[in-house]
Amino acid sequence: MEYALALLVLAALVAAFVTVPLRRDEVAADAAAADRRAELEAAKEAKYREIRDAELDFRMGKVSEADHRATDRELRAQAIEILERLDALEPEVAAGRPSGGDR
Amino acid sequence: MAAVGSACLFVGLLTAVYAVGAALYGALTARRRWIDSSRYAMYALAGLVVTAFGLLEVAYLTSDLSFRIVTQSSSADTPTFYKITGMWSTQEGSLLLWVLLLSIFSAAALRATRRTMRETVPYATAVLGGIAIFFLALSVFAESPFTTFAIPPAQGNGLNPLLRHPAMMIHPPMLYSGYVGFSIPFAFAIGALITRRTGADWIRATRRFALIAWTFLGFGVMLGALWSYSELGWGGYWAWDPVENASLMPWLTGTAFLHSVMVQEKRGMLKVWNVSLIVTTFVLALLGTFLVRSGILSSIHAFGASTLGAPFLAFIATVLVGSVVLVLVRLPDLRSEARLDSLVSRESVFVLNNLVLVGVCFVIFWGTFFPLISEAVTGTESSVGPPWFNQYVTPLALVLVLLAGIGPVIAWRRATLANLRRAFLVPVALAAATLLALLVLTPAAESVPSLIMFTLTGFVLAVVGQELWRGVGARRAMAGESPPVALGRLVARNRRRYGGYVVHAGIALLFLGVAASSAFVDQRDVRLRPGQTTEVGAYEVTYREPTARFLDDRSGTGAPITFGAVIDVQHLNGGERFTLDPARNYYAAGDGSGPMGTFGRFFQGESTTEVDVRWGVRRDFWMAVQPDLRALIAPIKEANRRFADLPGDAQTLVLAAIVDGYRRDPPPATFRTLVSPMIAWIWIGGGVMLLGALLALWPTTGARERRVTSVYAARLGRELSRA
Repeated sequence: MEYALALLVLAALVAAFVTVPLRRDEVAADAAAADRRAELEAAKEAKYREIRDAELDFRMGKVSEADHRATDRELRAQAIEILERLDALEPEVAAGRPSGGDR
Repeated sequence: MAAVGSACLFVGLLTAVYAVGAALYGALTARRRWIDSSRYAMYALAGLVVTAFGLLEVAYLTSDLSFRIVTQSSSADTPTFYKITGMWSTQEGSLLLWVLLLSIFSAAALRATRRTMRETVPYATAVLGGIAIFFLALSVFAESPFTTFAIPPAQGNGLNPLLRHPAMMIHPPMLYSGYVGFSIPFAFAIGALITRRTGADWIRATRRFALIAWTFLGFGVMLGALWSYSELGWGGYWAWDPVENASLMPWLTGTAFLHSVMVQEKRGMLKVWNVSLIVTTFVLALLGTFLVRSGILSSIHAFGASTLGAPFLAFIATVLVGSVVLVLVRLPDLRSEARLDSLVSRESVFVLNNLVLVGVCFVIFWGTFFPLISEAVTGTESSVGPPWFNQYVTPLALVLVLLAGIGPVIAWRRATLANLRRAFLVPVALAAATLLALLVLTPAAESVPSLIMFTLTGFVLAVVGQELWRGVGARRAMAGESPPVALGRLVARNRRRYGGYVVHAGIALLFLGVAASSAFVDQRDVRLRPGQTTEVGAYEVTYREPTARFLDDRSGTGAPITFGAVIDVQHLNGGERFTLDPARNYYAAGDGSGPMGTFGRFFQGESTTEVDVRWGVRRDFWMAVQPDLRALIAPIKEANRRFADLPGDAQTLVLAAIVDGYRRDPPPATFRTLVSPMIAWIWIGGGVMLLGALLALWPTTGARERRVTSVYAARLGRELSRA
């Protein structure tokens, strides 16, 4: 009896909790844009880290100037591409509703 | 309480099933709400399992003997610390611990990625949910921790005395955190393969979890070694035991993974290798759990029964076959984005380091499973011992330490002769000076592998020191900072890099301790009477007097009887002098109906060694005692004959008199004594590795808040200078 009651109460609580997102309106468009933005932000940070790493390696004498220039040029081009994609997202995000935490 | 706990696990199982279904439905129909709901289900699962775990802890703390698991592994007189931690000494408790950690790790990973990896996350959720279903199903249908007795027994069995050691109680959660933690990168790798998003996104999203898992697992392995050294009474810290090996194997492949993912992040290479490594690591983690619990290989650490062998093997086979098939199907998506520019490059060193790590893992795997392999092939079970492992692992370990020195300083893509000269001149010179000093000033040349290891340790430490020195120099040149400020900012802004270097220094120190203590240990087993003296290494050892304690347990293990010895130790040169107190704890067995009767049962249960160690950075003096209790047989028999019918309090007095008899008329005792040079550096090296890992894990502040607005090139420069 105690087990059945516990089962029912817990199942009801869990069902109420896990269906919270299902009871919201579908916000696929702006959520997808916000997600893409977050991914690009992460990619941007990673690229910045690579550029800083390469700069530090060069300053510490681990790579020649010619090699560093080539690497740096390549990495900065990749970073600029990410920034362009981020800027392209701006109107899309701005048009949608603000993306909260756990929607 | 048991009913609520059982209900938590059952509802948890249903919730995990729902999470898998909702995640897959959401992914296949592109309905975000269902994907969010599956994530919520994983949060709910964590809440349910935490509740179940908490209820069981309450049962342990209150010594609720209606719970079968509490009766098995605790008792009213078990010390509180061991009541709290007793759960994971049982099969049911350790499975629940697995699920607990999995649910927490999963919830944390899914929360961290809730706004990224939109395509991959639902499949990763399904994989994590699937793993949870397996372990929850075992907990619900096969090994429920909430099984109760209708009529509770009067007394619990208490915790296995061998496990009554702080390191051993923290060791299982650490190991399991490592095993479970690798499920996160594994799940995201599978998700990435399914969605064909095989770039570095899944690595970036889970790198921190992989590093956390690696740190926990390494710390767990170290604690296990420390327990072996200070509790098991044989004097060593690593016996190449199957269960020890099982914990080391995923750590080795996990180490390889942490290195090789850097190549994929930077160059888009080694994609097949990386997914294969994480699959291997997770399968080995499952195998590690299985080995402890299955009893399939005989081990001093295997505390479980063999009831879960078949389902575990089926699950491991499913994970392995499914993953391999998926990798093979996705091979076209896993092509490298770049080619190796030069064999003399960081990428090549990482590949070599990976091959060595996987090679060590293969040797250990082969040696560990040799009894099963030999039985399958020849029909006769035979096993290999430490010398077999050492002959293969020692040279590979030397190469590994060498690479730990080369890796940090060699350039990505290609290294020129000028780069190499600049990078290695000072470290090689310092390593050569170390070698020369060792040859001239010490007997290190008596063991060539140790001599090489000491030299390589000098090389690695020189490399790390040089990296810090040059990094500080570079920052000072760029920003004009003072040396301490430059050092602080250098490390703070490059935590992953310098954390890694600190780990490399730690591993070199650890191997220094291993090499010195293995090659130059002085071990002696000797039988002494009180007042007798012997020599061990450069020490004179005198057995001053015996000790006998009844209901006076000073080690906090709850042992009712302890016999030991007071030992005076003096260095032969007359300088160092100290006293040791090794002992052996005795626990009662049965109810007095056995052959040794009412009083004999107190000496017939488990007994454990309480090693005493004089710790030191130069050497440890380690000592264990094996008392000879044959002299107590006659008084025990006499007491059984005359006092067995006395009330409990009176029996306690009789028992106290028997125990005191050992002190008054002491028989000779057998002592094992070890003088191990530099063994402390194993633990110091482990601590340095832990510090390095924590440094690499420490989050960078403010990185997420940065936003961008303007012209790209200028913005890039500005943001980089701020970062």
